Amino acid sequence: MSHQENARGPKPKRLTSSRIGIYAFLVIAAAFFLLPFYVMVVTSLKGMPEILKGNIFALPEKPTFEPWVIAWAKACTGVNCDGIRVGVINSFKIMIPSTFVSILLGAINGYALSFWRPKGGNVIFAILLLGAFIPYQVYLYPLVRMLSQVGLYNTLPGIIAVHTIFGLPVMTLLFRNYYVAVPIDLFKAARVDGGGFWTIFFRLMIPMSGPILVVAAILQVTGIWNDFLFGLIFAGRDNLPMTVELNNIVNTTTGTKAYDVNMAATILTAMVPLIVYFVSGRWFVRGIAAGAVKG
Amino acid sequence: MEPSVSIRDLRISYGALDVMRDLQLDIQPGEFLVLLGPSGCGKSTLLNAIAGLIDVSDGEVWISGKNVTWAEPKDRGIGMVFQSYALYPQMSVERNLSFGLRVSGHPKDDIAKRVARAAEILQIEPLLKRKPSHLSGGQRQRVAIGRALVRDAQVYLFDEPLSNLDAKLRVDLRVEIKRLHQRLENTMVYVTHDQIEALTLADRIAVMQGGAIQQLDDPLTIYNRPKNLFVAGFIGSPAMNFFHGALVEAGGGLAFKGQGLEVPVDGYETSGPLAAGQKVILGVRPEHVPFAEAAAGRPGAVEGRVELEEPMGADSLVWLALGEGQMSVRCSSGKRYHPGDRVPLAFDMTRASLFDADGQHRL
Ligand SMILES: Nc1ncnc2c1ncn2[C@@H]1O[C@H](COP(=O)(O)OP(=O)(O)OP(=O)(O)O)[C@@H](O)[C@H]1O
Ligand SMILES: [Mg+2]
Repeated sequence: MSHQENARGPKPKRLTSSRIGIYAFLVIAAAFFLLPFYVMVVTSLKGMPEILKGNIFALPEKPTFEPWVIAWAKACTGVNCDGIRVGVINSFKIMIPSTFVSILLGAINGYALSFWRPKGGNVIFAILLLGAFIPYQVYLYPLVRMLSQVGLYNTLPGIIAVHTIFGLPVMTLLFRNYYVAVPIDLFKAARVDGGGFWTIFFRLMIPMSGPILVVAAILQVTGIWNDFLFGLIFAGRDNLPMTVELNNIVNTTTGTKAYDVNMAATILTAMVPLIVYFVSGRWFVRGIAAGAVKG
Repeated sequence: MEPSVSIRDLRISYGALDVMRDLQLDIQPGEFLVLLGPSGCGKSTLLNAIAGLIDVSDGEVWISGKNVTWAEPKDRGIGMVFQSYALYPQMSVERNLSFGLRVSGHPKDDIAKRVARAAEILQIEPLLKRKPSHLSGGQRQRVAIGRALVRDAQVYLFDEPLSNLDAKLRVDLRVEIKRLHQRLENTMVYVTHDQIEALTLADRIAVMQGGAIQQLDDPLTIYNRPKNLFVAGFIGSPAMNFFHGALVEAGGGLAFKGQGLEVPVDGYETSGPLAAGQKVILGVRPEHVPFAEAAAGRPGAVEGRVELEEPMGADSLVWLALGEGQMSVRCSSGKRYHPGDRVPLAFDMTRASLFDADGQHRL
């Protein structure tokens, strides 16, 4: 029917078979990804005898928070039995300064590249991006040597520096793309008004960068929190992040594997990224689009 | 008197491409100078060079007797207004106006005084607390002008400030800018590609093309005595009619002959000697053609055949076939013309233009 005499107002929505198909697919996909999480949560609330019965999908008969308490404060990593809480503090000590510094430097880079256009800026930017595409395992050994030379190997500043360096390409790209879309006249007006490099950056650009700062923070917080390799290699025994501690807990076996405690510790470790996803899902999608699509 | 702005031997290149070469321009104190030209002719480039927002490849820029070629924009004593308004989006109108003064550390009471004065001049006092996103286009442009005003500059630069506004608002603000100039008596350099704006605002117009100034004169001279074919064709709407031909000896005087026309050139005010045999281009503005009754009895009157008529309110534009050419004539809209009508018209040589064959020079 190409035209209807009584058509008026909003077009009525109809449930077509293709629409049903789409919904079915989405529900199945969501279930597929949620199922492991469900298993983790229910397992962490069961006692070991119940787990050993073998039905991993069953709801706990006698829910208990004991595994969580153990995971938090008593689980053993090698010889220490302080639980995963030490790792939480270390992770925050690494994540907060790394996020802050890498975002600040990325924003300054992006700002300088888009507005001040230094000679050779594009070449530097291209090299920086190239660096982002080389697998970073390649850098590990040289970086260990370099950091030991300057006495930063196995220290907190050392691991922060590593995260900052590896975050820089993506942060620069993110901010450059954001600032390129800001009308150049705004920058010119600020120059006529007497703003210098830092004045324009801190008083004009940063206040305008709310959305992209949020996106950058999400990317860095989740990325740095989830990091295992750098933490293991560069942080040193006293600063091991939560991910490394988790690995140690899970791999320290005395007798039967404590699945309930392992599950609880894992969920605790994943808590920060999970909260970030839930609170800022919309921004997160935007961040991925900004990083991936725009050139 | 020392020029307010002086551009000497200016060259600007992007890579190997010169967009401006050997440009000279002196702007007098208190003058309203309009840079007029088609898109891409280098108007904004020249303005940005005066402001210090782009580096020059060669030459000097002087403002108020000082060589500012290497000076920062803020140290040049200029204020600038942009086509896109360029208001700082996260600041209120008041903070937009005061940004420059705050950055340079002016005392608070002085800032307040200057902001109040600019707001009063531009009648934006009720808007001071609002964010730019809550303003209309006209209000935004007022604020942008205000932001330039608080700087108390000797020279104000405008880059197409009205071209984002609708027609009615454009006329209103145009009048306001003219008033502002009369009140402040500062030097103003104003870029536009709208010739009406240029003709109404300017003390002098610099018509630009391809990075060079084609003619620098007061509006009436530009309109009546264009220096070359480009200026003649660019200024005036509807555009000037052109006929290609040569000068010939006729009845003891000279006449233009070409495209099926022969018109005596008596009364033409030439700047050099004219000679028979010379190839020329004759230019006549649609509004300078004696038409119908007005043409009767004039020497060299010819007859044109109406092709179509465009009524424009106060007057109408009649397109005619004439000899082997075509021309448009502007006439008061008392009378209607229909396709096929034959109407007499004449050439008023006192208001016509003659150019040499390649259109480079007015004869
Ligand atoms: N960054 C640049 N790199 C290369 N060429 C440029 C650059 N900026 C401007 N140009 C060139 O310089 C010339 C003049 O540009 P300009 O912006 O001054 O034109 P304009 O007269 O202001 O035009 P419009 O009326 O469209 O604003 C154009 O040909 C343009 O392509
Ligand atoms: Mg321009």
